[in-house]
Amino acid sequence: MRLSLGKLTFPLYALLAFIYLLIPIVYTFAFSFNDSLKTNLIWRGFTFDKWTNVCQREGVCEAFGNSVLIGVVSTVAATALGTMIAIALVRYRFKFRRSINLLLFLPMATPEVVLGAGLASQFFNLGVQKGIGTIIVAHVMFCLSFVVVTVKARVASLDPVLEEAGKDLYANPRQVFWKITFPLLLPGIAAAALLSFALSFDDFIITNFNAGSEMTFPRYVYTAAARGVPAEANVIGSAVFIAAILIVLATQINGERKRRMLLKKH
Amino acid sequence: MAFAAFSSTKSNGTSKPKKTGRVVIALLAPGLAYLGAFFLTPLIALIMVSLQAQDPYGGIGDYIPAFEINNYFLVITEYFPHMFRSFSYALIATILALLISYPLAYFIGVKARPYPLLQKLMLTLVIAPFFISFLLRTLAWKQIFSNESWIVTTLQDTGLLEADQYVVGTPFMVIFGLTYNFIPFMTLPLYTSLERLDTRYLEAGSDLYASPSKVFRKVTLPLSMPGIISGTLLTFIPIAGDYINASGDFLGSSSTAMLGNVIEANYLQINDYPSASALSVLLMGAILILVAGYVKKSGTEDLL
Amino acid sequence: MAKEFIARGADLELKKIRKEFPGFTAIEELDLHVPAGEFFALLGPSGCGKTTTLRLVAGLETPTSGQIFIGGEDETETKPHERPVNTVFQSYALFPHMNVLENVAFGLRQRKIDEPLVKAKEALNLVQLAHLADRKPQQLSGGQQQRVALARALVNRPSLLLLDEPLGALDLKLRREMQIELKAIQMEVGLTFLHVTHDQEEAMDMADTVAVMNKGRIEQMGAPEALYDRPKTVFVSKFLGQSNLLVGEVESTSANSVSIEVAGNKISVPKTRAEKHTGKIAIGFRPEKATFTNKKPAASSSTNIIGPGEIIDIRFTGVSNQYLIEVPELGNITVFAQNIGKSPVTELGEKVWISWSVEHSFGLSDLPNTGEAA
Repeated sequence: MRLSLGKLTFPLYALLAFIYLLIPIVYTFAFSFNDSLKTNLIWRGFTFDKWTNVCQREGVCEAFGNSVLIGVVSTVAATALGTMIAIALVRYRFKFRRSINLLLFLPMATPEVVLGAGLASQFFNLGVQKGIGTIIVAHVMFCLSFVVVTVKARVASLDPVLEEAGKDLYANPRQVFWKITFPLLLPGIAAAALLSFALSFDDFIITNFNAGSEMTFPRYVYTAAARGVPAEANVIGSAVFIAAILIVLATQINGERKRRMLLKKH
Repeated sequence: MAFAAFSSTKSNGTSKPKKTGRVVIALLAPGLAYLGAFFLTPLIALIMVSLQAQDPYGGIGDYIPAFEINNYFLVITEYFPHMFRSFSYALIATILALLISYPLAYFIGVKARPYPLLQKLMLTLVIAPFFISFLLRTLAWKQIFSNESWIVTTLQDTGLLEADQYVVGTPFMVIFGLTYNFIPFMTLPLYTSLERLDTRYLEAGSDLYASPSKVFRKVTLPLSMPGIISGTLLTFIPIAGDYINASGDFLGSSSTAMLGNVIEANYLQINDYPSASALSVLLMGAILILVAGYVKKSGTEDLL
Repeated sequence: MAKEFIARGADLELKKIRKEFPGFTAIEELDLHVPAGEFFALLGPSGCGKTTTLRLVAGLETPTSGQIFIGGEDETETKPHERPVNTVFQSYALFPHMNVLENVAFGLRQRKIDEPLVKAKEALNLVQLAHLADRKPQQLSGGQQQRVALARALVNRPSLLLLDEPLGALDLKLRREMQIELKAIQMEVGLTFLHVTHDQEEAMDMADTVAVMNKGRIEQMGAPEALYDRPKTVFVSKFLGQSNLLVGEVESTSANSVSIEVAGNKISVPKTRAEKHTGKIAIGFRPEKATFTNKKPAASSSTNIIGPGEIIDIRFTGVSNQYLIEVPELGNITVFAQNIGKSPVTELGEKVWISWSVEHSFGLSDLPNTGEAA
């Protein structure tokens, strides 16, 4: 009896921890079906209305659209710049490596409020009008280091002999990059891009300092929080959650399928 | 993975370093120039603004370049309680997150090793909170603990809370929210280092007559140190600068305002840019000293 | 099928090649000529510069000085993708994101050759792997991957095929099988093969010519039999098989032989088989060329005799017995006796004399480092 209880301690603990982690998600999801009026504080009955007419609530879809736009543009820019740096850091030896590593590390070690205020001061000094453009500039900045870290690991695991084999088989440097290096780095680059999009899409603090009057989805929720957030926001949040989970599960299942395939080789 | 950012990474020997050349410059220049323009110079701009003085001929929000060191003494005297609150909340929340995460990470990384699919599934659950908006999940807790919720009324009925006492707006609620929101940042690096832990060391430990608690203290804990360092930094830094959980519209009240709230209010609401900037510089400085000391002590040389 | 691969191998010539890396010199000064259509092996221990030589020929490294000619064309400055050279890499370097057929077709596609897949399939037929065309490289065994790498290089019909320890990762049995197969394929396609290896048996088994490389230089070059029969340096005599070396001052010289005296024994070597005829020289002989007897054999001008020595170790290896004989003032001498059921002496501690034909001695150009004879 004592033994079986000891064996169950960890699984039980994990179960409780997961319940704790999932409570707000379940809550948000459940209240996206609430037949609420302006605010979404008390349960008033079940409805699909908020899902089917999500854009009816003023501002929700515009803010969501802005966030997607900002997320996509920042992700593309940050992923391109970060991948280049990652390749340089792993594949080449040069002076100032330590300084460059420090420069890449610092944005990750700086509180968002400092990054946001700093950039806002910069824009203020230069007399730049805040808007979508300044938000994108800010997002590329804080996503860049995360991209470098993620892609670096992948570059380090890529055997340079494969690129040499490409050269040996008549591929010029450009062809070597696009036919060998890039496809082999792709899983790392894709992971970095997903991370980057997630960071950008959910960022509030830095965005708030550099948005001017432009709305993003987190800013919409923040502004609405004082009066009460409408159920439509829960719909968007839940939909994004489901999409993200599906992507993660699909990658995992795909990875598992590949692993199984390799196991039954020969 | 990005969450291993703070732990040391051993370069693997397969990649052979090549010579420097134009290629390196072409690869590095755009990204580094970007960070120079939008990370480094803003920090300088921040320092410059923090030293500005009120324009004697201008109105509110008009400042002129100056070298007003006094700004720093003013914000320190005025906002010392907020600074203290920020760092004590961050410390408590980080410790709580560590205590909650460690057994979970241990279960996923060590105990569940025979079941790789289950491991992956549990990891997905750990990062699941990332996929729902930070603000929405914080608001969810606010409503779960709202004054009218059954949790609070039950607490009041049983006498654990006075009839006029509530949960939202208290330091407890803010620390609760901070802990919850940043747990994944703690669990993932812990998992990464525990997952690599060779269980043969543990067996060797118990083989040498060490009790389970001794094995943990002498073997498991030291071997998972990189994860603990990485996790505490990844948790502590964003918490120290956070202003959503402590905001009156979310889990806090004016009595729980942290440094982030003060910076936000000074910068975006009352346009006192020098004070906000001075506070930001102080926060950044404190964090940098902390990180440098921590990294030096733990010997994580290669930061990225 | 075989007609497709017309013999069009080119010759390779390296002129005064020097290669320095930061901190060390990999190749001092290398002159090398590989005739067209030959199976040429570059043999040496790790770190001798043989892989660097291969990479220089492939264009993956640039020489510090010197020139590389392939088929008479100066290719020193051309980029790897412009050279008519293909490589079978040690780790095979198969592209993990492409299947076997696409791997083989890669070079053809880059050169925009018609029907790359048809030709790739033919090349896979040559290595008997056509049935695995759709697999990913990771799903193949080591030997299969090795053949795919070979097909991927051969399909381009390069003037020169470079093989970088291609059999190094295979187990012994498979390696011997692949040796035979590789040699057969080379005969069939008639290309020039430049094969780098540290396995002397592999080099001697397959190559028409073997160059023994040491410390960035070629020590000796020639047909395998010639190299084994008459090594010219201490390194070659030890690296290719085993040797017993005896060192002494030249005492006397006759019309056709040179003699030294070692521990009271006169040891001779034919003049034509000695690099040096004066001063202190080293004379060697192969363990299987010597015999030993209980009684001192009658002296003869055509036989070298040393002894008496004591048998201190006997090792049974199946086809032969290996005897270690300690000769006072000379050190240990190894003698192999074929296991044909009538070994002369088989007891440890017995006193014996060792003899071998003068014709089987060889005189080296240098001396062993330690002065130790064995």
